[in-house]
Parts: sequence; C-alpha cells; structure tokens
Amino acid sequence: MADKHIDEISGVETTGHEWDGIRELNNPMPRWWVWTFYATIVWALGYTILYPAWPMVSDATRGALGYSSRADLAADVESARIATGGIVEKISSASLDEILADQQLSQFATAGGAAAFRVNCTPCHGTGASGGQGYPNLNDDEWLWGGDVNAIYQSIAHGIRDSVDPETRVSEMPAFADMLKPEEVRQVSSYVVSLTGTPRDPSLVDAGKQLFADNCISCHGEKAEGNRDMGAPNLGDAIWLKVRDEAEIAKQIQSPRHGVMPAWATRLGDATVKQLAVYVHSLGGGE
Amino acid sequence: MNYVSETILLAVGTFLALLGAAFAYDSLFAAHMWVLFFVLLVSTVVMLRKISFAPAGQTSKSSVQSEYFDEVIKYGTIATVFWGVVGFLVGVVVALQLAFPDLNIEPWFNFGRVRPLHTSAVIFAFGGNALIATSFYVVQRTCRARLFGGNLAWFVFWGYQLFIVMAATGYLLGISQSREYAEPEWYVDLWLTVVWVAYLLVFLGTILKRKEPHIYVANWFYLSFIVTIAMLHVVNNLAIPVSFLGVKSYSAFAGVQDALTQWWYGHNAVGFFLTSGFLGMMYYFVPKQVNRPVYSYRLSIIHFWALIFMYIWAGPHHLHYTALPDWAQTLGMVFSVMLWMPSWGGMINGLMTLSGAWDKIRTDPIVRMMVMAIAFYGMATFEGPMMSVKAVNSLSHYTDWTIGHVHSGALGWNGMITFGAIYYLTPKLWNRRRLYSLQLVNWHFWLATLGIVVYAAVMWVAGVQQGLMWREYDDQGFLVYSFAESVAAMFPYYVLRAVGGAMFLTGALLMAFNVTMTILGYERQETVPGAAPALQPAE
Repeated sequence: MADKHIDEISGVETTGHEWDGIRELNNPMPRWWVWTFYATIVWALGYTILYPAWPMVSDATRGALGYSSRADLAADVESARIATGGIVEKISSASLDEILADQQLSQFATAGGAAAFRVNCTPCHGTGASGGQGYPNLNDDEWLWGGDVNAIYQSIAHGIRDSVDPETRVSEMPAFADMLKPEEVRQVSSYVVSLTGTPRDPSLVDAGKQLFADNCISCHGEKAEGNRDMGAPNLGDAIWLKVRDEAEIAKQIQSPRHGVMPAWATRLGDATVKQLAVYVHSLGGGE
Repeated sequence: MNYVSETILLAVGTFLALLGAAFAYDSLFAAHMWVLFFVLLVSTVVMLRKISFAPAGQTSKSSVQSEYFDEVIKYGTIATVFWGVVGFLVGVVVALQLAFPDLNIEPWFNFGRVRPLHTSAVIFAFGGNALIATSFYVVQRTCRARLFGGNLAWFVFWGYQLFIVMAATGYLLGISQSREYAEPEWYVDLWLTVVWVAYLLVFLGTILKRKEPHIYVANWFYLSFIVTIAMLHVVNNLAIPVSFLGVKSYSAFAGVQDALTQWWYGHNAVGFFLTSGFLGMMYYFVPKQVNRPVYSYRLSIIHFWALIFMYIWAGPHHLHYTALPDWAQTLGMVFSVMLWMPSWGGMINGLMTLSGAWDKIRTDPIVRMMVMAIAFYGMATFEGPMMSVKAVNSLSHYTDWTIGHVHSGALGWNGMITFGAIYYLTPKLWNRRRLYSLQLVNWHFWLATLGIVVYAAVMWVAGVQQGLMWREYDDQGFLVYSFAESVAAMFPYYVLRAVGGAMFLTGALLMAFNVTMTILGYERQETVPGAAPALQPAE
C-alpha cells in the first residue's frame, strides 16, 4: 500500500495509504485555518484571564475584571430601582386612595400594573383584559366582588377561592340538582333569561319567578341584581361569565362551576398588587 | 444458519416480558411490558420459522467468511429510510400542533409526548440506523475485513430497533424521565447499553482484524462516536428506579449538577452523534462518490483530535445566565468558540476533496446533495459558536432561533449527507447498475434544500423577534409585551415552518420511492440532469 504517488489533477503527493480506493493528499493545512484556530485559542486564554474561569480546589479564579453574573444582576436591579426615583417605595407606603389622588403615583402605578398584568394575568383575562368564557371581562361595569380600587385590591391580593390564603374571597352556589326537579330548573332558567329582556314562554317564566323568589333571592337579590358581598352576579344585565344559552344556565343551576383565582400578594408583593389594582381600576369599570 | 439458541433466548425474553406485565408495580409498566411481549412474541414466531434443522456441518451461503457481511447493512439502509420518513412526518405534525393547538390530541398525541417522539425518531432512529449501517459498510471496506462477531451485528441491528420501538411507545404512553434527548426510562436505557456494547465489540473487533496497515480517518470518527456515546449515555442516565417492576426512576444527580450533566450529555450527543459520526460518513462517501483523494491528511488528524478534545467541554453554553457558576459558563463559551475551526476542518476537507472534480456538482445530483450537506455543516458549526457567546445567547436563548439552528444542522447536514450515502449505497448493496431515477434525486435535492432554507430563515426571524419582544422595555422600565403576545406573534412563522418541513418530508418520500424501485430492480428511462456520462464515476 505504501506507494506514494503524485495525484495527476492537483500535482500533490499522496500519503501512500489507500483504503478501498480512497487515497489522501499530503496537502498542508490551510494557513488561514491554522491562524484562525490559534486566534480563537489566544482569545479564549485572554477571556479566561479576564472572567471567572478556572476551577481550583474550593473556588474558581475570579477573573481580572471581577465580573460576577449575580453582581451584574444586582446592579441592573439597583439601577432600575434608582431610575424610578423611589416611586415604588412611595406606592408601598401610600394607601390606594392616596395613589389615585396623586397624579404622578397613579400614572406610574397604571403603567407598572399594565406590565405586571401582561406577565401574570393575560393567560386568563386576555391581553386586553376582556376575559373569556369563565374569566371575567375587567373592562365593563359588572363586578362580582366590587369595582372600587380597594375591593379590586382585595380580590387580587387574596384571590378568589384560593386554596391557601385565609383571607381569600369564598362563596359557593349550591347545586340545585338535589333541590329542584328538571322541570323546575327549566322554569327558573326561562325566568333568568327573561330578565335580560328576551321574551320566553310566560307560563314557564311565571313559575320560574316564584321558584326564584323561594330559592335564589337570598344571594342574587329580589330583582336578581346580585350581591357583591357574596360574589353573586347580577343576572339581569345580559353579561354572562360561564354560560352562553339557556341550556347552559340550567346546567349551571343544577351543578354550578366556580372559578378560582390565585392570591397574588405572596407571589408579587404588595407594591405590585397595588399597581395591578390601580391598572384594573383604570380600565373603564372602576368605581 | 441454525438459530436454535437465539430463538430460545427470544422465547425466554417473551416470557419474562409477560411476567413483567403480570407483576408490574404500576399500570404504565404493565402496558409497556405488554408492548414488549407482543414485539418479542412476533419475533420469536418469525425466528421459529427460520430455524434450519439441516444436519450440522452443512454451511449456508451467508456464513462464508471471505465475503463482506452486507445483509445487515441492507436492513439498516431500509430502516434508515423508513425511520427517516416517520421522523420527518412526526416533525411536520408537531410543527402543525404549535401553529394549531387544536391538533393536540389528548393524551397520547399531545405535543409533550409527540415532540420527544420526533426528536428521538430523527436523531436516534433515522440518524442512528444511518450511522450503524454506514459504519458497518465503511469499516469492512476500509479494513478489508468481514464484520467481527458473526451474528452479533444482527443483534446490534435488531436490538437497536427494539430500543427504538420501546422508546417510542413509552413516550406515547407517557413514560419519560424528562431528560432532553434521553427521555427513555431506566430499563430501556439498560437495554440500549447492552446493544451499544455489542456495537462497540463488532466495530472494534473489525478494526482489530483489519488487513490494512493503517486505520482510515472515517473509522476514527466512527469509533470516537461509539465510545463517547457509550460514556455519555451511561453517566447521564445513572438513576435509581423506584421499583424494578415500575417505570419511574430518580436521577443520581440533583439541582444544577443534574442540569450540567444533562447538557454535557445533550451537547455531546450533538457533538459525537450528529457531528463526529456523520463526519465518518462524509470521509468515506464523499471521496468515493467524487472519486478524488481526501484533500489533506494532516488536516484530518489535527481537526479530529481538536474536535473531540474541544467538544466535550462545550455543554455549559446551554446554561448561560442560570444557576450554573460563572466559571463553568465561561469555559463552556470559550471552548465552543475554539471549536469553530476544528469543526470547519471537516468542512474544508470535505469541500476541497472536490478540487479537480467541481464539475460534478453540476452533473451528479448525489454529489450536489453531499456538497449542500457540507455547506450546511459549515454554516451550523459557525452559528453554534456564535450563539454560545453570552452576549448573543442572551438574545437567542429559549427562542426559536435555537430551533432554526438545530434544524439547519439536522436537516441540512445530517439529513443531506445521509441521503447522499443512501443513494450511493442502494445500487451497490443490491447489485443494481444504477439508481431507479437520478431525476428523482434531483427533485429530492431541491425540495430538501428549499425546505431547509424556508425552515431556517423563518425560525431566525421568529427567534430574533421573540428575543426582542421579551427584552422590550418602555421608558419607565416596564415590559412592553406579555409572553402570550410573543406566542401569538409566532403564528405566521409556525405555519411557514410547517410548510418548509412538509417540503423536506416530500423529498424524503421521493427517496423512499426511488430506493424501493431500485431494490426491486427497476430503471427509469430518463435524461439525467446535467451531462449524461456523469451516471457513473469516470475512470
């Protein structure tokens, strides 16, 4: 095999090896390749001198520049804090009413709340806070638990039916499947639909009205206007959270589904929750 | 051949699988053992029918020791084409699932289960079969020796297929240890270890009994791939099972050590499976197809040793700006940058091997495919070091840019070089004068190339846009976009990506057809693109 010969096309000598007809030319390595390789090695050595790199017995070399990603992050956070001019601290110590009264604070809180909302709230309430089936629209005047800024704050901070927070808002509509016959459920749902101004079979509506008075007004009120102390929705305003038609209303009466919102105070901190409350309050339905 | 002992072993295995199903600690293990039982049962029946009861001493044709052992390579070639089509198809499905979430069919076909099915199918089923088949072919030719170990090569092939089937069915059942590219649970890992050691024995044994004085460069690359994958696989999968009859296991590592072990494995799966192994492929099939000597022997030595030395340290660049200590991040980054030239050494040697035969890019669609593979290899191995630089990584990390990078390497480099090798191998293995159709190869080339270009370009734009949206702050220092908005913005890119993937899949289907027709012995009457005499290598 060791028959070195000159490749006819390139005029370069081969190494003399041959495998299954494959020979190798004895070309030198391209100069630019070698020098670029050396350059990356030199650069790498320099970089490891400047930055933390080589592991030692109990620690690693710290690097000539004293760089640390933790310190870097801390400096970034600190400069962001300074850039806000202490305004977050002011929001922390001020009450919500004071924030709303102060233009600088409320503007900042609205912007900060919007940013926090985008990160934390949009998965359920949507990017425009317009909600969806089962998730309340926060732009309208319909509030389950109250639309003034303190009530909104309470809802965000402690959540709705949160499994841990002791101050969370809790209410539960009973399942009327055990108490009303299917026919009676149909009557009540017809009545509830008629409240929104949609005409329904008067015989069903009248029977439903009576059943409603017997079973529902303790929470939803005599005129079905709802009760914010109990998170009971207004049924007459044609704004529906969980249902789309009469059949779904009947289902909701028989075995109600209850929404859950986590308590955010422990996750985001009080200042952020305040900003969120101010932002949601500013959306249009704030009271 | 007499298959009595093999058949008995299979029957015992079938029975053990049945016992495993009966005494399973959890229902998933029982389901998985039922799968294993039926696979092994069918295999046992097939083997029973093959047992030869001829008296001992009568040797059949396949045991003639003077010939190369090519039967298993034929199976490997078919398996490569088959798993390739499956893997690309699943890839198009997951791409569509990202664009249209309603296509997530719970629970078996949701994205979380189908995605590892895609990655494992293309890397390990398609790529792995391609590597095993071509390495068996190359090592015999370049050593002038029949495969070592007789039927051990069959065990490697079928054992590997069993690993693929167990891994794939496990994912769909929901069995996963949540380590990227190493999702199969402990018992499947153990099986792969056995198969891989057998693979190493066959390959190394063949090299040891070679009749050539020197070991050809392709074999260095193949051997480094086999040895390193064994090491990576064993260490990364060290785990303690909850029960020996259950699916769940806990890793031997915890916290950031766990993360680093995983990315030491993950990055070197790229380095030694997808780079080193496929360079072995390139170093044989490119010189053979263009019929020219390898460009530089010295370059091949230097870039081989530099590549395998550098690659093993580069894993930490997957963990920039995480809990991983700064010094490890630094080393991951600088070793990745130093890896640039060693990687490009392979590209230079591949491309420059064409010097004196550049016209073949015009006349031979198989050469064109190989050249495109090397071009994508060069591009991906430049992009990789660039993305490992922390400043770039802070923008690109966690975005679809990474996905684009991976696919320009996987589709462009691994896919194209494998297609080239398959087109080279098929007529040789089945003793055909030529492929069924070179025009179809040409179609495959253009569909695949356009598909990759669409895919990679779209993912670059998508990734950069994602990265910019995530770091966009307003003048008060607040984030401008929600994560959900950045997801919604990806929709057009995800649709286009699926289109690119579908083009690549279509090309692979043409290849499957072309290979099938060649095996069946058909030749299409056609005028070949470029010059007609380029059908066969000159000389």
